[in-house]
Amino acid sequence: MDKKLEKIVQALQESFGSSIEEFRDEVHVFVKVEQIVDALMLLRDKYEFELLSAQTATDYYPQMTPRFHVIYQLTSIAKNLSVQLRVPVNGDQPKVPTATRVYEVANWRERELLDMFGIEFEGHPDPRRILLPEDQEGHPLRKDFPLGYEEPQFTFNFDEIDLRKPYAKE
Amino acid sequence: MGVEEKLGDMGIVTTKLEDLVNWSRTNAMWPMLFGLACCAIEMMAAQASHYDMSRFGMELMRASPRQSDLMIVAGRVSRKMAPVLRRLYDQMPEPKWVIAMGDCASCGGVFNNYAILQGVDEVVPVDVFVAGCPPRPEALIHGVVTLYEKVKGDKFKDLVKESK
Repeated sequence: MDKKLEKIVQALQESFGSSIEEFRDEVHVFVKVEQIVDALMLLRDKYEFELLSAQTATDYYPQMTPRFHVIYQLTSIAKNLSVQLRVPVNGDQPKVPTATRVYEVANWRERELLDMFGIEFEGHPDPRRILLPEDQEGHPLRKDFPLGYEEPQFTFNFDEIDLRKPYAKE
Repeated sequence: MGVEEKLGDMGIVTTKLEDLVNWSRTNAMWPMLFGLACCAIEMMAAQASHYDMSRFGMELMRASPRQSDLMIVAGRVSRKMAPVLRRLYDQMPEPKWVIAMGDCASCGGVFNNYAILQGVDEVVPVDVFVAGCPPRPEALIHGVVTLYEKVKGDKFKDLVKESK
């Protein structure tokens, strides 16, 4: 781990009691869901992490509970550092406090997460869909979402499947 | 050379009206100018001087659906795009034809997932499917010529029945 980053990670551990994971020089800091806004504030104001370069999520269903990790990738341009915060959340309708008050750019990213994972961000100023069509049901990036909707036709079941295929009328 | 020689100076030709109409439709078929993905690159190549689709009376790509007869769906159609595609089709004047170019437009191709339509025949009636990923310009031109063969066989009474 970078020496400059080590101090910052230690500070995070002291204030939030977070656990750490390291993977090929990248640091993942686990933060509790109710502390995430404070952690982002601390990093932005005290340690000059002025850029939220990515905000995303991962679904670890069914291997892990809590199943979702909401991921905040922060970059400090001033110090040339980067750190990742991870917030584990569980359940069918997980709720996370919004980061839009800390980083304005989180607005669209959180809308995308609402679309793709169904993670709700409490206090979000504009919680609308951003990518999917209005009539889409379910959240496609969840691991329990079905992969595709077309049944492959083979010679033995061609006619049978053809009957229930949607075709356009004039 | 050409039609003058065959006609001499008679100045008159006799043919069936049906044949004449179908001949004129196939020799001035204007496709709509739009592409959805990488197939559109091959479509442009088919238009350009190397393959020169205008040999078959297709020199004009119209940027408006109201001026075009043929819709070449070049690329995968996302489910969000599907209503737009149908609307463009509805804006085209009769008679109109559709070519599904490439595997994605024909059956979804490699994208069997939530985002991509599994073949444009779910939203618009397709006349010719062109296989390939993407199809070569020759394949597209072959698809167009196949469509011409279909149009040349059209009968007025079938078309009237269809439009009712």
